[in-house]
Amino acid sequence: MTVSSDLDRRFRNAAFALDLVDMGFDVVETPIGALFVAASARGLAAISFESDPDDQLERLARIAGPAVLRSPKSIDDARRELDEYFAGRRRVFDLALDLRALPPFTVSVLHELARVPYGETTTYGALAAAVGRPRAARAVGTVMNRNRIPIVLPCHRVVGASGDLVGYAGGLDRKVTLLELEGAL
Amino acid sequence: MRTAVRWMTMMHAVTIPPFESFYEQHRVEVLRLLRHRLGTDKADDAFQETFLRALRAYRRLEHGEHLRAWVLTIAQNVALDALRRSKPTAELVESGAEDAPPAYEELAQLTDGLPPTDDAAVVLRYGYDLSYDQIASALGSSPDAARQAASTGVRRLRRSASS
Repeated sequence: MTVSSDLDRRFRNAAFALDLVDMGFDVVETPIGALFVAASARGLAAISFESDPDDQLERLARIAGPAVLRSPKSIDDARRELDEYFAGRRRVFDLALDLRALPPFTVSVLHELARVPYGETTTYGALAAAVGRPRAARAVGTVMNRNRIPIVLPCHRVVGASGDLVGYAGGLDRKVTLLELEGAL
Repeated sequence: MRTAVRWMTMMHAVTIPPFESFYEQHRVEVLRLLRHRLGTDKADDAFQETFLRALRAYRRLEHGEHLRAWVLTIAQNVALDALRRSKPTAELVESGAEDAPPAYEELAQLTDGLPPTDDAAVVLRYGYDLSYDQIASALGSSPDAARQAASTGVRRLRRSASS
């Protein structure tokens, strides 16, 4: 015996409608592969290139508590804006972000990162200087590597001082694809 | 104090599995129980109600132990509510088409004629091996009352078997 997909969907939609889901997630298909996307009532909380939910649930529970449920409606806004971005119809994301459980330095770096415009690039050192820690380029690199909300917080727009792409948590191929989509390469 | 609260919150998050995992793990067993108690048609609504009740209470759980017993008691409670609402028309048993029925399925067929509370107590005690404390919380009664209901139920079964 199995639980029918209709019954399963009804439960998940009801849980969302009754505001019982502290962190909802779903998988979004994009030109750079399936993305795991999670959002709370505060806003978008995570995007991962690792789309298997099983590896992500504990991490989400540490952010929002245990009421974590796959709930397509929880990420409707994020899904729509990501679709528009990948279709070339959106340059700026209008999504509230849930940055709970991140250290203050990380949050200040991510706020600066959010200001790097579509189609442009910056460097780790420039971001470090922007948060008042000009010698912390390496720490900024670590923040980029662990960026919980890639694409929307555009760590793909951060490159080395020499112009090298350097690295990307989702793999350099994806970094290249995103920069090409934005016309930065 | 703030540190203590934060620590409690962390421990809470660590020990209680994410609801998604809990739901995936128990949903088939919950649906099976509800189908036997209510019939296929009414089981769907009861299934949704069971997991909504569980999710509503989930944030207040203090630990992640006995979650299977906990959700089965919620399901049993939801089924009792549904039976009380629509007693005359309740269809109790749907025969499963699976290979080896678990103990509680055979038991559910035997206990059909019992009053709902005795039925629930017997099935939870002997079919699902729950403690009287857990059954009491399912039935909204005391452990003594749960023990009483189970033993009354068993006595009634013996009587109907011998008549």
